[in-house]
Amino acid sequence: MTKVHVTTTINGDPTEFLCEPDETLLDVLRDRLGMTGSKEGCGTGDCGACSVTLNGRLVCSCLVLGAEAEGQEIGTIEGMAQGENLHVLQKKFIEHAALQCGICTPGLLVAAKSLLEKNPDPTEEETRYWLAGNLCRCTGYDKIIRAVMDAAKEMREAA
Amino acid sequence: MSVAKPLPHDAAALHVTGAARYVDDVPCPTGTLHLAFGLSDTARGTITKMDLHAVRTAPDVVAVLTADDLEFDADTSPSNRDEPLLSTGEVHFAGQPLFLVIAKSHLAARKAATKAKVTIDAQTPILTIDEALAENSRFEDGPRIYEKGNAEDALTQAPNRLQGQLTLGGQEHFYLEGQAAMAWPQESGDMHVFSSTQHPTEIQHKVAHAIGKPMHAVRVETRRMGGGFGGKESQGNALAIACAVAARATGKPCKMLYDRDDDMVITGKRHDFRIDYDVGFDDQGRIHAVSFKQYTRCGWSMDLSLPVADRAMLHADNAYDIGHMRIESHRLKTNICSATAFRGFGGPQGMVGIERVMDHVAHALGKDPAEVRQTNYYPSAKSVAAGKIPGTTPYGMEVTDFELHEMTDALLAKANYAQRRAAIADWNAQNPVLKKGIAFSPVKFGISFTLTHLNQAGALVHVYQDGSVHLNHGGTEMGQGLFQKVAQVAASRFGIPLDMVKITATDTGKVPNTSATAASSGSDLNGMAVKAACDTIRDRMADHLAMQHQTTPDKVIFKDGQVQIGDHVISFADAAQSAWMARVSLSATGFYKTPKLKWDRIRGTGRPFFYFAYGAAITEVVIDTLTGENRILRTDIIHDAGASLNPAIDIGQVEGAYVQGAGWLTTEELVWDDAGRLRTHAPSTYKIPACSDRPDIFNVELWDIENREDTIYRSKAVGEPPFMLGISAWLALSDAVSSCGPAYPALNAPATAEEIWRAARKVTQDV
Ligand code: FES
Ligand code: FES
Repeated sequence: MTKVHVTTTINGDPTEFLCEPDETLLDVLRDRLGMTGSKEGCGTGDCGACSVTLNGRLVCSCLVLGAEAEGQEIGTIEGMAQGENLHVLQKKFIEHAALQCGICTPGLLVAAKSLLEKNPDPTEEETRYWLAGNLCRCTGYDKIIRAVMDAAKEMREAA
Repeated sequence: MSVAKPLPHDAAALHVTGAARYVDDVPCPTGTLHLAFGLSDTARGTITKMDLHAVRTAPDVVAVLTADDLEFDADTSPSNRDEPLLSTGEVHFAGQPLFLVIAKSHLAARKAATKAKVTIDAQTPILTIDEALAENSRFEDGPRIYEKGNAEDALTQAPNRLQGQLTLGGQEHFYLEGQAAMAWPQESGDMHVFSSTQHPTEIQHKVAHAIGKPMHAVRVETRRMGGGFGGKESQGNALAIACAVAARATGKPCKMLYDRDDDMVITGKRHDFRIDYDVGFDDQGRIHAVSFKQYTRCGWSMDLSLPVADRAMLHADNAYDIGHMRIESHRLKTNICSATAFRGFGGPQGMVGIERVMDHVAHALGKDPAEVRQTNYYPSAKSVAAGKIPGTTPYGMEVTDFELHEMTDALLAKANYAQRRAAIADWNAQNPVLKKGIAFSPVKFGISFTLTHLNQAGALVHVYQDGSVHLNHGGTEMGQGLFQKVAQVAASRFGIPLDMVKITATDTGKVPNTSATAASSGSDLNGMAVKAACDTIRDRMADHLAMQHQTTPDKVIFKDGQVQIGDHVISFADAAQSAWMARVSLSATGFYKTPKLKWDRIRGTGRPFFYFAYGAAITEVVIDTLTGENRILRTDIIHDAGASLNPAIDIGQVEGAYVQGAGWLTTEELVWDDAGRLRTHAPSTYKIPACSDRPDIFNVELWDIENREDTIYRSKAVGEPPFMLGISAWLALSDAVSSCGPAYPALNAPATAEEIWRAARKVTQDV
């Protein structure tokens, strides 16, 4: 198969890559660009471990083709901290011990950030249903919800 | 002191930035090849023809291996040598690996693997418990039996008697990181293996066999897993061995990942059970005798089924001092994937049996089930310390550390159990469709491997001349926070801040002959081994500094990053430098073996456990009787972690375990079709709890009291015990169903919406 040449922006950086026409964005990120922060938990859109944003919209990168990134803006976990400065959500996940094995964490953070961009003041229930597509097998979710609610509060106060 | 602090997970900063590396994230050396298994679609039979031409000629395929191509004994079993890596002609379950594809990419290997034309002469598979019993298809000659007193006589003499049966489903681990391994050939045929495993030594051992080398030629490294839960105790063997034999055959590094569907089809799960019970009791709810028959489907190979089934027997008493008990355990061989370790290791299944009995007896007597439970408790540790005769388990171990009387009183009060129970009864009287239920359940869980020789651990500690510390031990990190806890121990021993301690990947080249990180024993065993190593170095440093300052070693104190020698204070770094200059060895190994254990698993007598960990939970639920849909409304937990090494990590373990336990008994349903094929092999059909399923109110507290046994800083193991707190969710559903009518619901597990609906109809109609 002939490879596709794709020009895109990832976390604000102009990026080019070659990929197979049937290759997923997740595989491109992980295998071609060495950005292994997005994880594969299922490959079928059911677990959220591969969450990224495409022009600001939350998507499962295992369900997006690499070729579809052409001309778009992709956001991944690697772009969440500004250099050494962690995003409030990242700080709160550490502070609330909202992770154990950590493999769901990047996807949850990307999903939570996208929620707070749409809705800076979500109820606990809205948060829970928004994050229901991100599976975590370790934590039981309680501390994750607390971390997100606390981050939302701090971000509102800072705004 | 660094212990007992709620410090975050050691790798938290790496996790939140996506920088933490799992096996699949380690950059592959150039030329790495990728593997996939070709799987059987038939549950039982003999291969008559395997045409692999289309596989070999598929794009980017480098080689295809069958059992005939393997030079050495490539067996993947952790126990019985009954699991050839690739089928040698017989097929024992749908999903069994038949051949191995080696290709230039993961996708190419997977696509090629589907192209084989395999002809199998199919036989009728043995799938169900009844089919296995009819054919006497089992491991071990007959059932294993543990007995205390004379259950048969006591049952006939008891004032009341009832019988029942329950089926308990299995459980998929659903570690979010699938199984993964990579093998990298080294000079003279040595092999360096990266594996997502709870048991690096086992991988080393099995890989060495498969490539015909001694163990010293194989080095296995595990930095972290994305969840394990027992599913990576033996189930990673096949991938690591496949990588090693393929790497040996091609001379190239080889990597293997199971995609989620393959992972669920190939790997073992929690054992499902059927439990028959016969119980004799008096009008106060005091149980005189219980007889259990436990039947479990072990799948096609032995794997860890014997100790799992043993542990189910060892937890058939849970928290109750029952005069006469008989437990009969049948380990059945069936044509499904081989059931394996899963958090609790059979303990939860055994415990559900007796909790069902308590619930059934309370229902029969019209009593509060919490009260019936308390009536049957073992004598408390306090009363035993004051001279009361301790209770004895059905396997003859005295229970001297029983905490549940106090914990139960505290929990019932804290959660307003009595008022809420009355309020729920009122509510149910007024609401015909939605019904609420509430239930209390306790946990007493035995800590130690029941294979006594596994209760050992080693550690290797180096102090460098700048005072920084390098730490290695035999335990593996799967998210449970073991590395953090163990590093806290090291920092405490040297009196230095935690950031001076470097936690490194588990490596068979550094600490040999380790046990699996399992049986909740990770921090008990490895914490003690690390302490021993640190203390050796600390004593050497103290001797040296005391001599230098003409004082005695007991005057040398390690604290706050400094070392006090009499009136003199220097930094820990200077102390290390000084010891180095004086040619004092700053490297040491440490070793620990759990004391007091003595266990005869065949006769079922002795002391298999060092101590017990306790927990208590109350769950409230609501069900819709027309659809069976249900929600957990509130959960209150008090859990005993001894003097906690790290309360933040321990509470996290309790919450996660409860939700996983509740998932097992409610939404997580494994379905095999009549041909023995697993139909629920992806998260689209197999439902683990999601964020929206979490209890609306979730209160978790630790019972902060020192372990009566001498464990690391008097803490207790916390990985598995809280899993069984989830039983309270299942009992609460049963309670809600029982408000629909007079009959006992006899709810099976998992209590899916369908099962609840069925039970609700039965209760209403069976008058
Ligand atoms: S890997 Fe994309 S949703 Fe699971
Ligand atoms: S922390 Fe392990 S899956 Fe979420």
